[in-house]
Amino acid sequence: MLPVKYNAGNVVLRWRSTLATILGISMVVAVYVIVQALAVGLQTSSANTGDPRNLLIVRKGSQSESSSVVNLEQFRSLRYSEWIERDAQNQPMISTDVLTLVNLPRLNGQGEANTTVRGIGGQGRVLRPQVNLVEGRWFSKGKREVVVSQRLAARFENFGIGDQFKTGPDWLTVVGWFDGGNSAFDSEVWADADEVRSLFDRESYSSLLIRPASGQGRAALVKQIEEDKRLQLLVKNEVDYYKEQTMTATPIKWMGNFLATAMSLGAILAAMNTMYATVGARTREIGTLRVLGFRRRTIVLGLLIEGILLCAVGGILGCLLSLPLNGYATGTIGIESFSETVFEFTITPKLAFQGIVFSVLIGLFGTLIPAIKASRTPVIDALKSL
Amino acid sequence: MNLKSKVMNSIVEIRNLSKAYNQGEIQVTALDDIHLSIDSSDFLTLMGPSGSGKSTLLHIIAGIDRQTSGICKVQNIDLSNLNESALADWRNQNVGFIFQSFNLIPVLTAFENVELPLLLTRLGRKERKALVAAALELVGLEDRSHHLPKQLSGGQEQRVAIARALVTDPALVVADEPTGNLDSQSAQQVLEILQSLSNDAGKTVIMVTHDPKAAAFGKRIIQLEKGRFEKEEPLVS
Repeated sequence: MLPVKYNAGNVVLRWRSTLATILGISMVVAVYVIVQALAVGLQTSSANTGDPRNLLIVRKGSQSESSSVVNLEQFRSLRYSEWIERDAQNQPMISTDVLTLVNLPRLNGQGEANTTVRGIGGQGRVLRPQVNLVEGRWFSKGKREVVVSQRLAARFENFGIGDQFKTGPDWLTVVGWFDGGNSAFDSEVWADADEVRSLFDRESYSSLLIRPASGQGRAALVKQIEEDKRLQLLVKNEVDYYKEQTMTATPIKWMGNFLATAMSLGAILAAMNTMYATVGARTREIGTLRVLGFRRRTIVLGLLIEGILLCAVGGILGCLLSLPLNGYATGTIGIESFSETVFEFTITPKLAFQGIVFSVLIGLFGTLIPAIKASRTPVIDALKSL
Repeated sequence: MNLKSKVMNSIVEIRNLSKAYNQGEIQVTALDDIHLSIDSSDFLTLMGPSGSGKSTLLHIIAGIDRQTSGICKVQNIDLSNLNESALADWRNQNVGFIFQSFNLIPVLTAFENVELPLLLTRLGRKERKALVAAALELVGLEDRSHHLPKQLSGGQEQRVAIARALVTDPALVVADEPTGNLDSQSAQQVLEILQSLSNDAGKTVIMVTHDPKAAAFGKRIIQLEKGRFEKEEPLVS
């Protein structure tokens, strides 16, 4: 085995090309990590949503709440089920939700975008304890009031507390901001369900959110819904439903992988170029090592370690460069809802690890050919090299 | 003129050795049907004009080049039977090589350069340290062990290279124009060390040189011309 100092010393000796390679690799890794952090952020936002105690009920065949219709008859059939948990006032823990889209202007004249307006029924807030009011107050029924996510408020006009925005012929007043706890609710505007039905002329609800009674309640309620052929409803765990709503992340992941692949080809060539230069300048040195008894594979291994370490440093730097974006809130148009979806760049340890592995692979493939070529040069030719 | 050794205690045995290589479309004969025996503790100097084949012969004996035909046995091992890896191991254990341009690794200190061949052995750190210290002491550079090659004079660099060649205690030391890049005083020091290796340490030394003064430090001189032995001059009885 070649001493590590030999590799480290050569890296330092050729510091200009070393620095250029490290910076190049760090840029590639930073882009890779940042794009993947978008996808992770979107997934995290969906995965954070919901309460494991709740069941979400949509029309059979619906992929999402926005394409679902639950009519009043279906609601009434379930409302007094003995398997639904009741609150202190003996009211069933059920929220009738209505989802609709409103086109609103973004801040600073950046065009318009759809926002999701969720009308929630009486128990809607209690069933979603992760959503907390952070400023202002909750809406009152019948007063055309809404509460918006504070992250949306940072992205849209007229979402300040006391501001009004128009939808159809009606004006709605923002009376509070909520924090959705880094969940899908951060991309929503909330109002009273019946008021939203009235405003948007809806006869039905989009979904029902139900807290089953403890004990056998959950299984019994699911059985009741699934076995009642008249209902034609689909019941899911709320948490699972949101976990499945990650389609938006898919194209971002593809883009990340595409960008990473395209950039990694460039990075591999850059690493290869550096290693060709560094190996070329050391041909006689390599010849000397072979005269001293170092085998070809030992020399290949030594050069590979050198190239991999070089690129791994670039990978670590790339991760560090991407870190300031961790937690930065941004938005995109969600594929599931066709509305503004707000989420945070999320750089997880796993993602950083993937970035470093990615840089190691660049180092491996970039170094392999120059290293093999150097080790295969006849000793006599290598010794004659200048 | 083909030479045959009559000495029983030979370390190198060469029979009908030839080496040819292609230079473009022309085939060049570097060595032509060479016979040679070299005794243990001998100090043989190979001389001759450029292209006479002296370095080629040295390289084949040292196991860093291969003949086209014939036999080259060192310590009774036919080197042509060894594959690349076995030959590398053999070189590490049996040959110390001294280059004209010293060929020290610039990023390693004198100590680390001398230690390099020992890294391929099973010796522990303490044992390696002791051997390196002894080798550097032998060439009078124990106080320069932490210097990088660029911090040493040419003569000192070559003495480090000699220490590196000796640290594995090889039976054979080969030197390819070891004084070619040195001033006369440094050259004198290097040649005295090589002479002492042969006379006092029982090493077999084979040296290629153009310099008759350097050649005079050996025990015998072989002159090569166009790949063949021209004459042999024993200097020491």
